Amino acid sequence: MTERRLRDVPKPILLLLALGLGLQLAWHSRLPPPNPRPEALPQPPSLAALQLASLGEPVALAKLLMLRLQAFDTQAGVSLPFRRLDYGAVESWLSAILRLDPQGQYPLLAAARLYAEVNDEPKQRRMLGFIHREFLLDPNRRWPWLAHAALLAKHRLHDLPLARTYAEAIRLHATGPEVPHWANQMEIFILEDMNELESVRILLGGLLQSGKLSDPHEIRFLSERLDEMAKKESRPPNPRQTD
Amino acid sequence: MRSIPTIALYTLLEALRNRLVWLLVATVLAGVGVAGLLGEIAITESGPIQAALLGAFYRFAAVFILAAFVVTSMVREFNDKVLELSLSLPIPRSAYLLGKFAGFAALAALAGLVFGLGLLPYASLPQAGLWTLSLVCELWLVAAFALLCVLTFSQAMPSLAATAGFYLLARSIYALQLISHGGPAEDTLFRRFTGAALDAIAALLPRLNEFGNSAWLAYPEASWQQLAPIAGQTLVYLLLLGAAALFDFQRKNL
Repeated sequence: MTERRLRDVPKPILLLLALGLGLQLAWHSRLPPPNPRPEALPQPPSLAALQLASLGEPVALAKLLMLRLQAFDTQAGVSLPFRRLDYGAVESWLSAILRLDPQGQYPLLAAARLYAEVNDEPKQRRMLGFIHREFLLDPNRRWPWLAHAALLAKHRLHDLPLARTYAEAIRLHATGPEVPHWANQMEIFILEDMNELESVRILLGGLLQSGKLSDPHEIRFLSERLDEMAKKESRPPNPRQTD
Repeated sequence: MRSIPTIALYTLLEALRNRLVWLLVATVLAGVGVAGLLGEIAITESGPIQAALLGAFYRFAAVFILAAFVVTSMVREFNDKVLELSLSLPIPRSAYLLGKFAGFAALAALAGLVFGLGLLPYASLPQAGLWTLSLVCELWLVAAFALLCVLTFSQAMPSLAATAGFYLLARSIYALQLISHGGPAEDTLFRRFTGAALDAIAALLPRLNEFGNSAWLAYPEASWQQLAPIAGQTLVYLLLLGAAALFDFQRKNL
């Protein structure tokens, strides 16, 4: 379809167009500038509501919600430190996202590497507890995050019993062929740090005799550790110095 | 029956002359742009995130574009009296309807192919191929339902609204049934009535939430065996919709 020339348009219409554009620009210039106000993280809707809203695409919705949750600390014009987030709501969102997409690793990575690394012990413990509970639902896929949680418990919280609990859970539940031996052996080294030498000796001996290990270097390394444990246990205590 | 391929070809040509392919390509490019942005935000699983979100976006875009084209094309035929002209020729009504559907089905296959190609950078060929075939089946169902609606209502808005309602309900009916049958709420008479009503509605709808799930793109678990029930449901429902459309069309006083 061909168009008429510009000069065929009546001048009042051109003036009306220019006036409308000018008014809009003038109106917009009088509006106050955006005032960023951080909003609190709300609780997620129920799982049923999320499944309904997903319109049969729960995985896609889960991915989108995870991106939104992760970006929540960076709202328009405002940056919120993680420790100011309501961790109850964070945990609820992560849990809901995992229900929608059980195979997703993103929520547990965020829990372990973002939300559990804040400088707030109660919040750290809360996240570690969440990771532990979720690990038990799918141990062979979610062991890396519990391994990280064990390291956080040991090195950041200085809570060796808690680290041992997580490492023991990995040894007992993450038994799939894809789980590397070092993950199953974490408990041994944590027990050594706790000076529970007899427990270390029992676990190491059991592991070496189980036949699960095939790498000769690994077998030699662990055998040497077992010998060191035996020597440590048989060493007499240091004599007291007397005047 | 020789008129069926001719009608199908002209339907497809109409879509191509309306620059529908350009619209599909523009949608693919827009999706790629958004997926790229989302991939930059993600700190892990950026590939599965892009694939899953892109798959969902392409699916809804394809359904919208196809439904809108089917409805507007048929409404234009009604308004321009092309339908009356076609039926004045020695063409059976069933041949006209089947020809139109064949044209829309070919367009659906083209749309599925374009969006499937758009997913190749984010998903493996088998995953994208499975998803594409499933999307094509879904688009055939949407095209058939939109055709039925426009023959019934003869107007664009009610036809589009009915098609949108059908699609959203077919995608969410499974979740609605889970809600009505599960949960800790009391087992009241109203709840039982609602559950029975939803079950009855579900029996008349295809379970579209099982078609071309984004999980197939995000995780390499889909297998070709999963296509068999989708193909079966598509055939059964196309038969139902086709019979309904023929029934309605034969009764129209044109």
